[in-house]
Amino acid sequence: MTRHVFLNLLGTFLLGFAAPDHAVGQDGHAPEIARQSWSFAPPFGTFDNAQLQRGYQVYRDVCGQCHSMRLLSYRNLGEPGGPEFSAKAVEALAAKSQITDGPDDKGQMFQRPGRPSDRFRSPYANEQAARSANKGALPPDLSVMAKARAGGPDYIYALLTGYRDAPPDMNLAPGMYYNEAFPGHQIAMPPLLQDGAVAYTDGTEKTLDNYARDVSAFLMWAAEPKLEERHKVGMRVMIFLLVFAVIMYLAKRTVWAPLHKHRDTQSS
Amino acid sequence: MAHPSTYQPRSGAEKWLDERLPVARLMHDQFMTFPTPRNLNYWWTFGGILTFILVAQIVTGVVLAMHYIPAEDRAFDSIEHIMRDVNWGWLLRYSHAVGASMFFLAAYIHTFRGLYYGSYKAPREVLWILGVLILLLMIATAFMGYSLPWGQMSFWAVTVITNLFSSLDAIVPGLGTTLVQWIWGGFAVGGPTLNRLYSLHYLFPFIIAGVVVLHIWALHVPGNNNPAGIEVKSPKETVPFHPYYSIKDGFALLMFLLLFGVFLFFAPNLLGHADNYIPANPLQTPPHIVPEWYFLPFYAILRAVPDKLLGVIALVSSIVVLFFVPWLDTSKVRSTSYRPVYRWFFWAFVVTCIALGYLGSQAPEGWYLFFGRVFTIYYFAFFLVVMPVVGKFERPRRLPGSITEAVLGHAEQPRSRKREAVA
Ligand code: HEC
Ligand code: HEM
Repeated sequence: MTRHVFLNLLGTFLLGFAAPDHAVGQDGHAPEIARQSWSFAPPFGTFDNAQLQRGYQVYRDVCGQCHSMRLLSYRNLGEPGGPEFSAKAVEALAAKSQITDGPDDKGQMFQRPGRPSDRFRSPYANEQAARSANKGALPPDLSVMAKARAGGPDYIYALLTGYRDAPPDMNLAPGMYYNEAFPGHQIAMPPLLQDGAVAYTDGTEKTLDNYARDVSAFLMWAAEPKLEERHKVGMRVMIFLLVFAVIMYLAKRTVWAPLHKHRDTQSS
Repeated sequence: MAHPSTYQPRSGAEKWLDERLPVARLMHDQFMTFPTPRNLNYWWTFGGILTFILVAQIVTGVVLAMHYIPAEDRAFDSIEHIMRDVNWGWLLRYSHAVGASMFFLAAYIHTFRGLYYGSYKAPREVLWILGVLILLLMIATAFMGYSLPWGQMSFWAVTVITNLFSSLDAIVPGLGTTLVQWIWGGFAVGGPTLNRLYSLHYLFPFIIAGVVVLHIWALHVPGNNNPAGIEVKSPKETVPFHPYYSIKDGFALLMFLLLFGVFLFFAPNLLGHADNYIPANPLQTPPHIVPEWYFLPFYAILRAVPDKLLGVIALVSSIVVLFFVPWLDTSKVRSTSYRPVYRWFFWAFVVTCIALGYLGSQAPEGWYLFFGRVFTIYYFAFFLVVMPVVGKFERPRRLPGSITEAVLGHAEQPRSRKREAVA
């Protein structure tokens, strides 16, 4: 996408180097990650609430079976600049999960329906449980995943749509899947997203491509919940600085004019 | 520059204070009327920009410290808490992180300016040495600050850099290991390490601020150098700092803030490394451990040397050599603009630093390693060979007779003096 190209060029120009390659596979080459166009691209981008709501649905129905998002609370789903579910909807979504609370007066832990102030319920009690349910592999927490991989949401989209048949000359380890985007191409996460896997209700086509796009956008919001505010404040600050700079430049010229006039009359 | 004080206390209270602690007089003489060469270009605005960023880093840092928790298992989450739940926390944290990059950008420009215009030559050696000292303190401060989010890159950068001390084992067996464990506060990088890095990261900026005061003091004794690199010969060649340079510095600062804003608001993570959003994991080494961009040239030098101890010595020398620049450069002429031979070597040196920055981001293999070595050799040769030798043989271009001549292209005529007195 042009914005990335621009920023990379800017980086190259200013700092003398392009952003270094991060995701390098075992074969030493980073798989090429295609740029997607996102509604939240800088400098003006905002999240598409409906897309984030669908993305949450994908997370909840599919990814949430294995991946925790321990930094998010249900209340975040209703906050401005996010999926912006209504207060009622947030309460209902939270209440769908059973949360372990306690200890109570008798010293016992107990289960209760979730409240908006609760953190997202994690699918496994601890890392060992997560590994044992996933053939030894650990499904990483997804809270800041969209910032924790080079390419961010582009990478997550590429990963979710990157499952292919392994090339004949490659020996996949048992229980592993071939994925074009994953460094080293062998991933322990099964290809769960298929056309029709999640029941969208807003008329959006139930395709793998849409699921991948929506959940990637959702994860970007989860990682950067203040992105909209940042863009909005940023535009205002930039305009303020620009106007201030013009005024300052004119003031500077005025203050220096006598000295410069002096130079002109001298050289003429 | 020594100049007669023009401060006039305007009220009884000011007079009273002036007789007891003439701080208002100091500010007036040093920052209002201070005589400044009239020909300074925009490369001279970075000192003011640096002062601004230093203050901004301290202010944002102090507020971040109110929310940050320097504990192994909570540091990462406390940063995310700042970004999500603290009012304007995202702005504070991104300002501070991007601010560190901007600080180095400005400091490098400022230092290259000093190198180009020979600002380190007599009588400004102490000024220069204090500048290099600031650079060293900045490097230490930024390194410690980068450890605080306790992400993968934080953890492994601390591991790699603290382990450099173990190379001392090659001199006195056991010395390095003992030293490293003392630094760690244990047998591995961990909670105690994080705690002391945090303590020192809070302390160092105030030491920097102290050295900056000395730096500006040392500037105000001889006064500014200037693009012509020749001494100020008459008061007519200077203008009072305020309003001439306060306003010029102000404009430059705004332009710099616009650049800062582009990164801060629209690409706050572009200059950082994605791996630092993965919580530190001592059991999993990232495929590539890369420092922040501003350390990449030094990292390239470290890895260009095959021997660990010698690599560390090269790394340290690459900065320490700057302390000796006032005596390594044998030319009498300050400004590189008047040095037809040296200027080629100077620009080759600039290219070398940028190239080393690029090479530092790549794995040290094949051609990358080869060129890393070539540029490392030139880096040191520039200081140790070019500076002493070229100064001896070069025939500099004719210097202007005065700053006035440098500005006007010819010496001043009597007619114009009156005008300037008015201006
Ligand atoms: C059946 C369990 C399971 C489900 C469901 C699942 N994942 Fe994963 N996921 C894993 C495992 C296991 C890994 C670790 C893979 C590895 O390291 O080889 C993983 C890794 C990942 C990674 C990190 C890849 C990397 O670069 O390290 C991302 C991103 C990810 N999953 C996203 C998702 C998303 C989005 C969904 C929902 C559409 C999802 N996962 C559903 C098990 C799952
Ligand atoms: C915290 C970082 C620093 C601050 C706040 C700072 C501040 C300043 C200020 C305000 C000036 C006067 C304006 C100017 O000439 O730009 C100055 C001049 C100078 N600084 Fe720095 N500085 C810093 C770092 C450095 C470093 C790292 C070096 C070099 C290693 C350096 C070398 C010099 C020199 C040589 C001058 C005199 C320039 C001249 O008059 O030609 N400074 N500094």
